[in-house]
Amino acid sequence: MRMQICLAATCWLFCAGAAQAASTEADFKTALAAAVAAEQDAGALKNQWIPTEQALAAAKKAAAAGDFDAAVAQAKEAEALAKASIAQAKEQQTAWKAGVIR
Amino acid sequence: MRISRAIASVVVTIMIAALVAGARPAAAADTIDPDADFKAFRDYYTERFPNVPLNDFVNGPYSMDAELRKQWEAIDDFPPYDFAIDRGKQMFATPFKNGKTYGDCFPDKGTGIRQNYPYFDDKSGEVITLELALNRCREANGEEPYSYVKDEMASLTAYMAFTSRGKPFDIKIPNDPRALAAYQKGEEYFYARRGQLNFSCASCHVQNPGNHIRTEVLAPALGIVAAMPIYRSEWSGMGTMSRRLVTCNSQVRGVPLKPQDELYRDVEYYLSYMSNGLPISGPGTRP
Repeated sequence: MRMQICLAATCWLFCAGAAQAASTEADFKTALAAAVAAEQDAGALKNQWIPTEQALAAAKKAAAAGDFDAAVAQAKEAEALAKASIAQAKEQQTAWKAGVIR
Repeated sequence: MRISRAIASVVVTIMIAALVAGARPAAAADTIDPDADFKAFRDYYTERFPNVPLNDFVNGPYSMDAELRKQWEAIDDFPPYDFAIDRGKQMFATPFKNGKTYGDCFPDKGTGIRQNYPYFDDKSGEVITLELALNRCREANGEEPYSYVKDEMASLTAYMAFTSRGKPFDIKIPNDPRALAAYQKGEEYFYARRGQLNFSCASCHVQNPGNHIRTEVLAPALGIVAAMPIYRSEWSGMGTMSRRLVTCNSQVRGVPLKPQDELYRDVEYYLSYMSNGLPISGPGTRP
């Protein structure tokens, strides 16, 4: 039984590792397109964040170097940051009033 | 029985009072009332810092910290912005290629007018800052515009501020829906949180004036525009109001807007109106 569990765990780790290492240029392009779209939405709200721009630049740099695992990870990070900045801007469209000196 | 009725009556009264009190700010926030905002803004700072003379708020962090003030007074024996005033004066008097000068673009030949900027231009329907007016003057006379953040623009505005020193801010908000909208956009920009650090302008300059952020003493928002442009040790040089807004955004990890973006002009309009009556002290020096 122990042997079977060890074997299954090893297979899972191997498969997970293989899946992670399998990021392709196409995966990167998909992730980048999603990140860029979200960042453009943040730009329309005039609320982009510097770390988002940095993550986008890092993603492109990693892709240019052929490291698509890192490129996809950075693009996903950029997308998450851009979505957070959008949420902040939308929340502040009304929340700012709470801070006004009255 | 009477006691329980009395308690119930008091509780109901408190609840109604709480509801009324709670409703008031919301109702006020939806109404654009620059006069009421001005009074509340002024009262907030004068009540929070009763020992600071009103006109001293224009000295920013030096009005908040005695030790810092001593350093500033020592530095001001030989002000680091002097060279900018001299350069600006020379530039101001030098004709453009077409023979006209900056003075031809401004009321009173551009002398002693800093306190009237920004203003709302009813023809174009937008807020005109001094920096924008200077570059539009250049372009109207066939010259290339300057960078809004430092160098020539800082020198020109330093000279113009110097000719207005001591004159009280006199910002007008005409009873025009477009002007009121610009004012409110500026107010919103000032109070809205932004950047990865989730700070608003007010986080530092309303909630924490006088407190330290790292080694810096935070300036009060009241009078904060009066010293512009400024020589900042951090910059090792002069910077304009545009530069100040751009760096504020960067410091909270937000991507800055373009200098003289409509929102930057609106927030300058709002802050300048809040400073009405306070003297122009620019150009200034800051750590």
